[in-house]
Amino acid sequence: MKKFEILGTGCPKCNMLQNLTEQAAKELGLQYELKKVTDIKQIMNYGVMITPALVVDGQVKVAGKVPTLDEIKKLIQ
Amino acid sequence: MDCCGGGTVLLYSCSGAADVGCIADRVTRILSKEKVGRMTCLAGVGARLSGFIASAQGADRNIVIDGCPVACAQKGLEAVGVTAEVYNLANYGCKKGETPVNEELIEEIALRIKDDILNYQSMSARIAEDEGSGGCSCSSC
Repeated sequence: MKKFEILGTGCPKCNMLQNLTEQAAKELGLQYELKKVTDIKQIMNYGVMITPALVVDGQVKVAGKVPTLDEIKKLIQ
Repeated sequence: MDCCGGGTVLLYSCSGAADVGCIADRVTRILSKEKVGRMTCLAGVGARLSGFIASAQGADRNIVIDGCPVACAQKGLEAVGVTAEVYNLANYGCKKGETPVNEELIEEIALRIKDDILNYQSMSARIAEDEGSGGCSCSSC
């Protein structure tokens, strides 16, 4: 089971990252759980200075931008 | 915390043990307070913590204030594949082990580096504008 976290305060780009991540996981047939983290203090605990950010199994994979669907597929496998 | 707005500038200081490391740290804090960018932890990058690395990779500009020619902050970022804009105190008249740490000097250097950062920013913007217009701005070609 993969664990994804989307870090961000809920802006359109954060939502886009969430939607693309879910789409990528479904297309890859991955079992996953996804959590949105909107609390700034919790986000800072990851060392993240820019949002949105994608965390996969505790590792921050990308911050400050929304990758393409194909890029996300590579990041979450 | 920058969210989605673009134009993110992150500031790093070597914050080393020597007098110049202390000055670099204090200067960087002044620049952060004056909103030239936002100071973040070089130690986090050095520890290879994924959030700090991803933030550096995602920032529009990473600015480093190094205290001496050893350039640990610059090299720390380069080690994770990030090329930074570097301001080294050696180029501002500071010699390691011979520079008194005082408010006057810290403020003077902060002001000079701030000017250099802003000049670099406007020069980069002009170059980007020239490239966008499809040619150089001279009158002879």
